[in-house]
Amino acid sequence: MHAFANPTRFLRIARPLTPALLLSGLAITAAALIYGLFYAPAEQLQGETVRILFIHVPAAWLGMAGWSAIAVASLVELVWRHPLAALAARGSAVPGAVFAALCLASGSLWGRPAWGTYWVWDGRLTSMLVLLFLYLGYIALAGAVQREGGSSRIPAIFGLVGAINIPIIHYSVIWWNSLHQPPSLGWGGSSMAGPFLWGLVAASLGFTLIFAGVVLARMRALLAGIQADARLRRKAMEA
Amino acid sequence: MTAAFKPKHQRLVLVVLALAAILAAGALAAWALKNQASYFYIPSEIVANPPAADRAVRLGGMVRAGTLKTSPDGVTMHFVVDDGHGQVPVTFAGIAPDLFKEGSGVVAEGHMIDGTFVADNLLAKHDENYVPRELQDMSKQQARQTVAETK
Repeated sequence: MHAFANPTRFLRIARPLTPALLLSGLAITAAALIYGLFYAPAEQLQGETVRILFIHVPAAWLGMAGWSAIAVASLVELVWRHPLAALAARGSAVPGAVFAALCLASGSLWGRPAWGTYWVWDGRLTSMLVLLFLYLGYIALAGAVQREGGSSRIPAIFGLVGAINIPIIHYSVIWWNSLHQPPSLGWGGSSMAGPFLWGLVAASLGFTLIFAGVVLARMRALLAGIQADARLRRKAMEA
Repeated sequence: MTAAFKPKHQRLVLVVLALAAILAAGALAAWALKNQASYFYIPSEIVANPPAADRAVRLGGMVRAGTLKTSPDGVTMHFVVDDGHGQVPVTFAGIAPDLFKEGSGVVAEGHMIDGTFVADNLLAKHDENYVPRELQDMSKQQARQTVAETK
Protein backbone atom coordinates (compact mmCIF):
# COMPACT_ATOMS: atom_id res chain seq x y z
CA MET A 1 0.00 0.00 0.00
CA HIS A 2 2.69 2.47 0.98
CA ALA A 3 4.73 1.64 -2.09
CA PHE A 4 2.70 4.37 -3.83
CA ALA A 5 2.73 6.77 -0.92
CA ASN A 6 5.62 8.62 -2.44
CA PRO A 7 4.17 11.19 -4.88
CA THR A 8 7.29 11.02 -7.07
CA ARG A 9 6.88 7.29 -7.50
CA PHE A 10 3.15 7.75 -8.14
CA LEU A 11 3.88 10.33 -10.83
CA ARG A 12 6.46 8.11 -12.49
CA ILE A 13 3.74 5.48 -13.00
CA ALA A 14 0.79 7.81 -13.59
CA ARG A 15 2.46 9.96 -16.23
CA PRO A 16 2.69 7.26 -18.94
CA LEU A 17 -0.41 5.42 -17.68
CA THR A 18 -2.79 8.39 -18.11
CA PRO A 19 -2.57 8.70 -21.94
CA ALA A 20 -2.45 4.91 -22.31
CA LEU A 21 -5.73 4.54 -20.40
CA LEU A 22 -7.40 7.46 -22.15
CA LEU A 23 -6.41 6.42 -25.68
CA SER A 24 -7.27 2.72 -25.29
CA GLY A 25 -10.53 3.70 -23.56
CA LEU A 26 -11.47 6.11 -26.36
CA ALA A 27 -10.72 3.48 -29.03
CA ILE A 28 -12.74 0.73 -27.32
CA THR A 29 -15.63 3.10 -26.51
CA ALA A 30 -15.75 4.38 -30.10
CA ALA A 31 -15.81 0.83 -31.48
CA ALA A 32 -18.50 -0.25 -28.99
CA LEU A 33 -20.70 2.79 -29.68
CA ILE A 34 -20.38 2.47 -33.47
CA TYR A 35 -21.40 -1.17 -33.10
CA GLY A 36 -24.21 -0.24 -30.71
CA LEU A 37 -25.62 2.56 -32.88
CA PHE A 38 -25.28 1.00 -36.33
CA TYR A 39 -24.82 -2.77 -36.11
CA ALA A 40 -26.58 -4.03 -32.98
CA PRO A 41 -30.06 -5.42 -33.65
CA ALA A 42 -33.25 -3.63 -32.61
CA GLU A 43 -34.91 -5.09 -29.54
CA GLN A 44 -38.22 -6.93 -29.92
CA LEU A 45 -40.22 -4.58 -27.65
CA GLN A 46 -38.13 -1.42 -27.31
CA GLY A 47 -37.08 -1.28 -30.96
CA GLU A 48 -34.27 1.15 -31.77
CA THR A 49 -34.31 2.86 -28.36
CA VAL A 50 -32.48 -0.15 -26.94
CA ARG A 51 -29.26 1.47 -28.23
CA ILE A 52 -29.33 3.92 -25.30
CA LEU A 53 -28.35 0.85 -23.25
CA PHE A 54 -24.75 1.10 -24.46
CA ILE A 55 -24.37 4.52 -22.80
CA HIS A 56 -26.87 4.23 -19.94
CA VAL A 57 -25.54 1.06 -18.32
CA PRO A 58 -21.80 1.98 -18.39
CA ALA A 59 -22.76 5.43 -17.05
CA ALA A 60 -24.75 3.87 -14.20
CA TRP A 61 -21.90 1.47 -13.42
CA LEU A 62 -19.32 4.27 -13.32
CA GLY A 63 -21.59 6.59 -11.35
CA MET A 64 -21.74 3.89 -8.65
CA ALA A 65 -18.10 2.78 -9.09
CA GLY A 66 -16.98 6.40 -8.71
CA TRP A 67 -18.56 6.67 -5.27
CA SER A 68 -17.24 3.23 -4.32
CA ALA A 69 -13.77 4.53 -5.18
CA ILE A 70 -14.39 7.63 -3.03
CA ALA A 71 -15.47 5.38 -0.14
CA VAL A 72 -12.42 3.08 -0.38
CA ALA A 73 -10.04 6.02 -0.71
CA SER A 74 -11.74 7.72 2.26
CA LEU A 75 -11.26 4.58 4.36
CA VAL A 76 -7.56 4.48 3.43
CA GLU A 77 -7.29 8.19 4.21
CA LEU A 78 -8.97 7.89 7.62
CA VAL A 79 -7.21 4.73 8.82
CA TRP A 80 -3.81 4.71 7.16
CA ARG A 81 -3.46 8.47 6.49
CA HIS A 82 -2.20 7.64 3.02
CA PRO A 83 -1.10 10.93 1.42
CA LEU A 84 -2.55 10.15 -2.01
CA ALA A 85 -5.90 8.78 -0.79
CA ALA A 86 -7.54 12.19 -0.46
CA LEU A 87 -6.42 13.05 -3.98
CA ALA A 88 -7.80 9.76 -5.34
CA ALA A 89 -11.17 10.45 -3.70
CA ARG A 90 -11.30 14.02 -5.00
CA GLY A 91 -10.17 12.87 -8.45
CA SER A 92 -13.04 10.39 -8.69
CA ALA A 93 -15.74 12.85 -7.67
CA VAL A 94 -16.16 14.97 -10.81
CA PRO A 95 -16.04 12.11 -13.37
CA GLY A 96 -18.36 10.08 -11.11
CA ALA A 97 -20.84 12.99 -10.99
CA VAL A 98 -20.66 13.39 -14.79
CA PHE A 99 -21.45 9.71 -15.32
CA ALA A 100 -24.28 9.76 -12.76
CA ALA A 101 -25.79 12.73 -14.61
CA LEU A 102 -25.31 10.95 -17.95
CA CYS A 103 -27.06 7.88 -16.52
CA LEU A 104 -30.05 9.96 -15.37
CA ALA A 105 -30.29 11.90 -18.65
CA SER A 106 -30.00 8.84 -20.91
CA GLY A 107 -32.41 6.85 -18.78
CA SER A 108 -34.92 9.69 -18.90
CA LEU A 109 -34.71 9.84 -22.70
CA TRP A 110 -35.26 6.08 -22.86
CA GLY A 111 -38.12 6.20 -20.37
CA ARG A 112 -40.27 8.49 -22.52
CA PRO A 113 -40.77 6.01 -25.41
CA ALA A 114 -40.44 2.81 -23.34
CA TRP A 115 -42.42 3.59 -20.19
CA GLY A 116 -44.41 6.56 -21.39
CA THR A 117 -42.79 9.05 -19.01
CA TYR A 118 -39.49 10.92 -18.60
CA TRP A 119 -39.42 10.56 -14.85
CA VAL A 120 -41.08 8.73 -11.99
CA TRP A 121 -40.19 8.81 -8.30
CA ASP A 122 -39.57 5.10 -7.96
CA GLY A 123 -36.83 3.64 -5.77
CA ARG A 124 -34.17 3.26 -8.45
CA LEU A 125 -34.55 6.66 -10.09
CA THR A 126 -34.80 8.49 -6.78
CA SER A 127 -31.76 6.80 -5.22
CA MET A 128 -29.73 7.53 -8.37
CA LEU A 129 -30.73 11.20 -8.18
CA VAL A 130 -29.66 11.18 -4.52
CA LEU A 131 -26.26 9.86 -5.68
CA LEU A 132 -25.87 12.83 -8.05
CA PHE A 133 -26.71 15.24 -5.19
CA LEU A 134 -24.21 13.43 -2.92
CA TYR A 135 -21.54 13.95 -5.60
CA LEU A 136 -22.36 17.65 -5.84
CA GLY A 137 -22.20 17.97 -2.05
CA TYR A 138 -18.90 16.10 -1.92
CA ILE A 139 -17.34 18.25 -4.64
CA ALA A 140 -18.44 21.45 -2.88
CA LEU A 141 -17.25 20.19 0.52
CA ALA A 142 -13.85 18.95 -0.70
CA GLY A 143 -13.31 22.21 -2.61
CA ALA A 144 -14.24 24.32 0.42
CA VAL A 145 -11.97 22.29 2.69
CA GLN A 146 -9.05 22.83 0.34
CA ARG A 147 -9.71 26.57 -0.08
CA GLU A 148 -10.42 27.28 3.59
CA GLY A 149 -7.69 24.97 4.86
CA GLY A 150 -9.75 22.42 6.82
CA SER A 151 -8.87 18.80 7.39
CA SER A 152 -9.27 16.46 4.39
CA ARG A 153 -10.79 13.99 6.88
CA ILE A 154 -14.07 15.93 6.75
CA PRO A 155 -14.87 15.00 3.11
CA ALA A 156 -13.51 11.49 3.82
CA ILE A 157 -16.18 10.98 6.50
CA PHE A 158 -18.80 12.30 4.08
CA GLY A 159 -17.51 9.89 1.42
CA LEU A 160 -17.81 6.91 3.76
CA VAL A 161 -21.28 7.81 5.05
CA GLY A 162 -22.55 8.44 1.52
CA ALA A 163 -21.51 4.93 0.48
CA ILE A 164 -24.66 3.61 2.18
CA ASN A 165 -26.52 4.80 -0.92
CA ILE A 166 -24.66 2.39 -3.24
CA PRO A 167 -26.29 -0.85 -1.98
CA ILE A 168 -29.60 1.03 -1.79
CA ILE A 169 -29.35 1.88 -5.51
CA HIS A 170 -28.48 -1.71 -6.35
CA TYR A 171 -31.23 -3.32 -4.28
CA SER A 172 -33.89 -0.66 -4.90
CA VAL A 173 -35.37 -2.73 -7.74
CA ILE A 174 -35.32 -5.89 -5.62
CA TRP A 175 -36.56 -4.59 -2.25
CA TRP A 176 -39.29 -2.35 -3.61
CA ASN A 177 -41.72 -2.54 -6.50
CA SER A 178 -40.30 -0.17 -9.06
CA LEU A 179 -40.94 0.90 -12.62
CA HIS A 180 -37.29 0.32 -13.43
CA GLN A 181 -36.56 -3.25 -14.45
CA PRO A 182 -34.49 -5.58 -12.24
CA PRO A 183 -30.84 -6.16 -13.25
CA SER A 184 -30.29 -8.16 -16.45
CA LEU A 185 -26.76 -9.11 -15.43
CA GLY A 186 -25.89 -10.96 -12.26
CA TRP A 187 -23.62 -13.61 -10.85
CA GLY A 188 -26.04 -16.26 -12.13
CA GLY A 189 -25.79 -15.12 -15.74
CA SER A 190 -27.52 -12.72 -18.06
CA SER A 191 -31.04 -12.41 -19.42
CA MET A 192 -29.69 -10.35 -22.29
CA ALA A 193 -29.08 -11.79 -25.75
CA GLY A 194 -25.46 -12.01 -26.94
CA PRO A 195 -25.53 -9.06 -29.40
CA PHE A 196 -26.57 -6.71 -26.54
CA LEU A 197 -24.44 -8.33 -23.87
CA TRP A 198 -21.10 -8.20 -25.70
CA GLY A 199 -21.63 -4.67 -26.97
CA LEU A 200 -22.42 -3.68 -23.40
CA VAL A 201 -19.32 -5.39 -22.01
CA ALA A 202 -17.13 -3.59 -24.58
CA ALA A 203 -18.74 -0.20 -23.92
CA SER A 204 -18.40 -0.66 -20.15
CA LEU A 205 -14.72 -1.56 -20.51
CA GLY A 206 -14.05 1.44 -22.75
CA PHE A 207 -15.85 3.93 -20.48
CA THR A 208 -14.10 2.45 -17.43
CA LEU A 209 -10.65 2.95 -19.00
CA ILE A 210 -11.57 6.57 -19.82
CA PHE A 211 -12.79 7.02 -16.25
CA ALA A 212 -9.52 5.67 -14.82
CA GLY A 213 -7.50 7.91 -17.15
CA VAL A 214 -9.49 10.98 -16.11
CA VAL A 215 -9.07 10.14 -12.40
CA LEU A 216 -5.28 9.85 -12.84
CA ALA A 217 -5.17 13.11 -14.80
CA ARG A 218 -7.17 14.87 -12.06
CA MET A 219 -4.95 13.43 -9.32
CA ARG A 220 -1.87 14.71 -11.15
CA ALA A 221 -3.46 18.13 -11.53
CA LEU A 222 -4.37 18.27 -7.82
CA LEU A 223 -0.86 17.15 -6.89
CA ALA A 224 0.68 19.80 -9.16
CA GLY A 225 -1.55 22.42 -7.50
CA ILE A 226 -0.42 21.36 -4.02
CA GLN A 227 3.24 21.38 -5.06
CA ALA A 228 2.86 24.81 -6.66
CA ASP A 229 1.25 26.19 -3.47
CA ALA A 230 4.05 24.73 -1.35
CA ARG A 231 6.68 26.27 -3.61
CA LEU A 232 4.99 29.67 -3.48
CA ARG A 233 4.86 29.50 0.32
CA ARG A 234 8.57 28.60 0.44
CA LYS A 235 9.44 31.51 -1.84
CA ALA A 236 7.35 33.85 0.31
CA MET A 237 9.17 32.67 3.44
CA GLU A 238 12.57 33.18 1.82
CA ALA A 239 11.72 36.68 0.54
CA MET B 1 5.43 -1.00 21.38
CA THR B 2 3.91 -1.12 24.83
CA ALA B 3 0.44 0.05 23.88
CA ALA B 4 -2.02 -2.72 23.02
CA PHE B 5 -3.08 -1.04 19.80
CA LYS B 6 -1.21 1.06 17.31
CA PRO B 7 -3.06 4.30 16.46
CA LYS B 8 -3.89 3.09 12.97
CA HIS B 9 -5.45 -0.07 14.39
CA GLN B 10 -7.53 2.02 16.75
CA ARG B 11 -8.70 4.10 13.81
CA LEU B 12 -9.46 0.96 11.81
CA VAL B 13 -11.60 -0.47 14.61
CA LEU B 14 -13.35 2.90 15.03
CA VAL B 15 -14.10 3.23 11.32
CA VAL B 16 -15.31 -0.37 11.05
CA LEU B 17 -17.64 0.15 14.03
CA ALA B 18 -18.93 3.39 12.54
CA LEU B 19 -19.50 1.70 9.18
CA ALA B 20 -21.36 -1.17 10.84
CA ALA B 21 -23.58 1.36 12.63
CA ILE B 22 -24.27 3.25 9.39
CA LEU B 23 -25.05 0.03 7.52
CA ALA B 24 -27.41 -1.10 10.27
CA ALA B 25 -29.13 2.29 10.22
CA GLY B 26 -29.47 2.13 6.45
CA ALA B 27 -30.81 -1.42 6.54
CA LEU B 28 -33.36 -0.46 9.23
CA ALA B 29 -34.46 2.58 7.24
CA ALA B 30 -34.80 0.50 4.08
CA TRP B 31 -36.81 -2.08 6.00
CA ALA B 32 -39.08 0.57 7.49
CA LEU B 33 -39.57 2.02 4.02
CA LYS B 34 -40.44 -1.36 2.58
CA ASN B 35 -44.08 -0.49 2.04
CA GLN B 36 -43.83 3.27 1.56
CA ALA B 37 -40.98 3.16 -0.96
CA SER B 38 -42.68 0.74 -3.31
CA TYR B 39 -43.77 2.46 -6.47
CA PHE B 40 -46.98 0.48 -6.86
CA TYR B 41 -49.23 -2.13 -5.26
CA ILE B 42 -49.56 -5.59 -6.78
CA PRO B 43 -53.05 -6.99 -7.47
CA SER B 44 -53.10 -9.36 -4.47
CA GLU B 45 -52.42 -6.38 -2.14
CA ILE B 46 -55.24 -4.40 -3.77
CA VAL B 47 -57.61 -7.37 -3.47
CA ALA B 48 -56.69 -7.99 0.18
CA ASN B 49 -56.86 -4.30 1.13
CA PRO B 50 -58.96 -2.33 -1.37
CA PRO B 51 -58.06 1.38 -1.19
CA ALA B 52 -60.82 3.97 -0.77
CA ALA B 53 -62.31 5.24 -4.04
CA ASP B 54 -60.98 8.77 -3.44
CA ARG B 55 -57.41 7.62 -2.88
CA ALA B 56 -55.07 7.74 -5.89
CA VAL B 57 -52.96 4.57 -6.07
CA ARG B 58 -50.74 2.78 -8.53
CA LEU B 59 -51.35 -0.80 -9.55
CA GLY B 60 -48.58 -2.86 -11.15
CA GLY B 61 -48.54 -6.34 -12.62
CA MET B 62 -48.80 -8.34 -15.82
CA VAL B 63 -51.50 -7.71 -18.40
CA ARG B 64 -53.06 -11.16 -18.56
CA ALA B 65 -52.98 -12.57 -22.10
CA GLY B 66 -56.35 -12.68 -23.83
CA THR B 67 -58.02 -10.10 -21.59
CA LEU B 68 -57.25 -6.88 -23.52
CA LYS B 69 -60.39 -5.57 -25.21
CA THR B 70 -61.15 -2.20 -26.74
CA SER B 71 -64.66 -0.71 -26.40
CA PRO B 72 -66.64 0.27 -29.51
CA ASP B 73 -65.74 3.92 -28.79
CA GLY B 74 -62.17 3.02 -29.82
CA VAL B 75 -60.33 4.64 -26.90
CA THR B 76 -61.53 2.80 -23.80
CA MET B 77 -59.69 -0.43 -23.11
CA HIS B 78 -60.35 -3.14 -20.59
CA PHE B 79 -57.84 -5.66 -19.34
CA VAL B 80 -56.96 -7.73 -16.28
CA VAL B 81 -53.79 -7.14 -14.25
CA ASP B 82 -52.45 -10.27 -12.62
CA ASP B 83 -49.60 -11.13 -10.25
CA GLY B 84 -50.15 -14.90 -10.11
CA HIS B 85 -52.06 -14.66 -6.80
CA GLY B 86 -54.65 -11.99 -7.40
CA GLN B 87 -56.20 -10.13 -10.29
CA VAL B 88 -57.80 -6.74 -10.79
CA PRO B 89 -59.86 -5.61 -13.82
CA VAL B 90 -58.71 -2.27 -15.22
CA THR B 91 -60.32 0.26 -17.55
CA PHE B 92 -58.38 3.01 -19.25
CA ALA B 93 -59.40 5.64 -21.80
CA GLY B 94 -56.44 7.21 -23.57
CA ILE B 95 -53.22 6.51 -25.38
CA ALA B 96 -51.15 3.63 -24.03
CA PRO B 97 -47.32 3.63 -24.29
CA ASP B 98 -45.70 1.62 -27.12
CA LEU B 99 -44.51 -1.16 -24.85
CA PHE B 100 -47.99 -1.75 -23.43
CA LYS B 101 -49.27 -5.15 -24.59
CA GLU B 102 -50.75 -8.39 -23.35
CA GLY B 103 -48.42 -10.58 -21.33
CA SER B 104 -46.09 -7.76 -20.34
CA GLY B 105 -45.79 -5.51 -17.29
CA VAL B 106 -47.84 -2.39 -16.68
CA VAL B 107 -48.18 0.25 -13.97
CA ALA B 108 -51.58 1.94 -13.89
CA GLU B 109 -52.26 5.16 -11.94
CA GLY B 110 -55.83 5.72 -10.84
CA HIS B 111 -58.58 4.81 -8.39
CA MET B 112 -60.26 1.63 -7.26
CA ILE B 113 -63.99 2.09 -7.93
CA ASP B 114 -66.50 -0.75 -7.27
CA GLY B 115 -63.96 -3.51 -7.75
CA THR B 116 -62.61 -2.05 -10.99
CA PHE B 117 -59.40 -0.07 -11.28
CA VAL B 118 -60.11 3.10 -13.27
CA ALA B 119 -56.77 4.26 -14.62
CA ASP B 120 -55.92 7.88 -15.48
CA ASN B 121 -52.51 6.97 -16.85
CA LEU B 122 -50.65 3.87 -17.98
CA LEU B 123 -46.91 3.25 -17.80
CA ALA B 124 -45.37 0.24 -19.50
CA LYS B 125 -42.86 -1.75 -17.50
CA HIS B 126 -39.98 -3.33 -19.34
CA ASP B 127 -38.52 -6.53 -17.93
CA GLU B 128 -34.88 -7.56 -17.69
CA ASN B 129 -34.97 -9.63 -20.89
CA TYR B 130 -33.35 -8.19 -24.00
CA VAL B 131 -34.17 -10.10 -27.19
CA PRO B 132 -33.22 -8.98 -30.73
CA ARG B 133 -36.12 -8.14 -33.00
CA GLU B 134 -35.24 -10.91 -35.48
CA LEU B 135 -36.12 -13.40 -32.78
CA GLN B 136 -39.58 -12.05 -32.03
CA ASP B 137 -41.39 -14.36 -34.45
CA MET B 138 -40.03 -17.40 -32.70
CA SER B 139 -41.92 -18.94 -29.88
CA LYS B 140 -40.90 -17.81 -26.40
CA GLN B 141 -39.16 -21.13 -25.83
CA GLN B 142 -37.12 -20.85 -29.03
CA ALA B 143 -36.17 -17.25 -28.27
CA ARG B 144 -35.00 -18.17 -24.78
CA GLN B 145 -32.93 -20.96 -26.25
CA THR B 146 -31.35 -18.63 -28.81
CA VAL B 147 -30.59 -16.10 -26.08
CA ALA B 148 -28.95 -18.84 -24.03
CA GLU B 149 -26.89 -20.01 -26.99
CA THR B 150 -25.57 -16.60 -27.99
CA LYS B 151 -24.61 -15.62 -24.46
